[in-house]
Amino acid sequence: MRSEGANGLALVSPAALYAILLLAVPLCVIFAFSFWTQDYLTIDRTWTLKNYTEAFTEPLYGELLRRSILISGSVTLVTVVLAFPIAYFVSFYVAPERKSLWIFLITIPFWTSYLIRVFLWKVILGFNGVINTSLQGLGIIDEPLTFILYNANAVVITLAHAFAPFAILPIFVALEKIDRSLIEASLDLGENRVTTFLRVTLPLAMPGVVAAVLIVFIPTIGDYVTPRLVGGPDGLMIANMIQTQFLKLNNAPMGATLAIIAMASVTVIALAFVGLNRRFLRGPK
Amino acid sequence: MTQPIIDLRDVQKFYGDYHALRGITATIGQGEFFSLLGPSGCGKTTLLRTIAGFEDLSSGTVLIGGQDMARVPANQRPTNMVFQSYAIFPHLSVAQNVGFGLRRAGLDKATLAARVEEALEMVGLSGYGKRSAHALSGGQRQRVALARALILKPKVLLLDEPLSALDKKLREQMQVELIRLQRLVGITFILVTHDQEEALVMSDRIAVMFDGQIAQLDDPETLYRRPKTHRVADFIGMMNFLPARILSEDGERATLEISGLGRTEFDLGTCPTATAGPDGTAVGLRPETLTLLFDGQTATGRQVIGTVEEVVYYGDMTYYDIRLPDGDQVVRVSMRNLFGRPVLEIGAPARLSWDPGALVLFR
Repeated sequence: MRSEGANGLALVSPAALYAILLLAVPLCVIFAFSFWTQDYLTIDRTWTLKNYTEAFTEPLYGELLRRSILISGSVTLVTVVLAFPIAYFVSFYVAPERKSLWIFLITIPFWTSYLIRVFLWKVILGFNGVINTSLQGLGIIDEPLTFILYNANAVVITLAHAFAPFAILPIFVALEKIDRSLIEASLDLGENRVTTFLRVTLPLAMPGVVAAVLIVFIPTIGDYVTPRLVGGPDGLMIANMIQTQFLKLNNAPMGATLAIIAMASVTVIALAFVGLNRRFLRGPK
Repeated sequence: MTQPIIDLRDVQKFYGDYHALRGITATIGQGEFFSLLGPSGCGKTTLLRTIAGFEDLSSGTVLIGGQDMARVPANQRPTNMVFQSYAIFPHLSVAQNVGFGLRRAGLDKATLAARVEEALEMVGLSGYGKRSAHALSGGQRQRVALARALILKPKVLLLDEPLSALDKKLREQMQVELIRLQRLVGITFILVTHDQEEALVMSDRIAVMFDGQIAQLDDPETLYRRPKTHRVADFIGMMNFLPARILSEDGERATLEISGLGRTEFDLGTCPTATAGPDGTAVGLRPETLTLLFDGQTATGRQVIGTVEEVVYYGDMTYYDIRLPDGDQVVRVSMRNLFGRPVLEIGAPARLSWDPGALVLFR
């Protein structure tokens, strides 16, 4: 008879194998690449920090990383701020038997491909797009608005839409978990609806808000499809540069270095939020 | 009753087609320990919530301290509530929970801390202020909920089944504690409970509710001794119901034929009478008014010989189910287990003594 430990190992091995092959190995390869250099057509495998020195001295990379953080920060802010009222409405004002229907409806726009939705935003935001022609037709504007396509704003709008349900769902779950008698207790103790929201509902929904922030922020910072399609030159992000390094400039080591730096930045910001979440989950000491 | 503090006038509540409160009229006195007692779904919690301001009335009036509460929201009513779930804010410490309602009073830190500590001391939790709400046991959460409500010095404290989540021993301890607290602060307590024993122990007066109506409003002793209906008698305590026939009746006196106990004279003037249940005329006998006679004892009232059908031993008490001589009726008798007294066995003959003066007549 096999020991309990061997049984456990046998149980986790498929998952562990999968995780090692598809997550850990590629990550290690990228990490190794970042310390190598491209020597025209071959990779020079001598260990060096040259890529990192270049990444930190060349202003373009820093600018792209800053812009990426700014754009995905804005996306996160817009998404979470817009998602909260929707989640709040579904949780507090929709009859319990209709809640799952509402959640289902919220996900409907996301049955179409991500790419198609990005293209649709081009149609909506474009020079002769839905918004401009409507506003011109109504006589509100004379010239088409140009600040809504091929710049950072367009990236923010498109990504905020794409990630809305990912923000709505965790906030909704956090709001659902709040015992309604807590809200009544706050009213009973003299607070009105607004102060009750600030003192009870919002603090208790914070774990959901933090989860939403992470779920939106982490993937958007690495997005390169949306900035490529609607971002124009001013809307390009760090992931576009990584892609360019790998596929156009044939400089995989530099691309790997930028990827590692972007990943490290995300990790630092995400950890800060996880720390914040811990504080809310644990409550006061 | 003392000065009235709450006046309920024909309070009605509909949820769609469902008539939850069917015209509740009652007056609750200043400093009274008042209980709303009834089975689940009888409307007792709904009534408490209308007093607290969490439910709108469909019609009728709620007056608190003489003031109509129709347009007064929950946060401006002079009532505070202890919720069934206690509703302790999980993200706040014990002290922050207790001081929650004092934020609007604009006290400085030292005064606030002193008030909170005072309230915690009152419920026996002094020094617990810094603890997290997670770290509390059920009984402690209940005390925090009490302190949090009482710190605001409400005119009326509303308690929604506050003891139902506690185990038996803690529940009995908290019953005594609540009575002590109520005497200490001297304000009106309104307790919602489905536990008739709890209501009897704690209350000055009890409103027994069935189907959105008050069936009887009386002090515990009257409620127990002189129930007004078969349903109230059945709900409060244990009662043996025996079908009966009135053979003759002239003014004060009546002759009854009681199934299993035989014919008896009955004094209509002194004996409590109540409305009969669906099974028609019957008499009710509490288990403690029946006595089993052991060797050498003689009956103080009437006597019948039955058989022991079931024995339930409770330590201090033993309950016997006795089948009466006619074979159809079984009555439950409670006997204190005095030292040296044997416990009868199933199937043994039992001499049962009963007192016609302890009957309640349902007709």
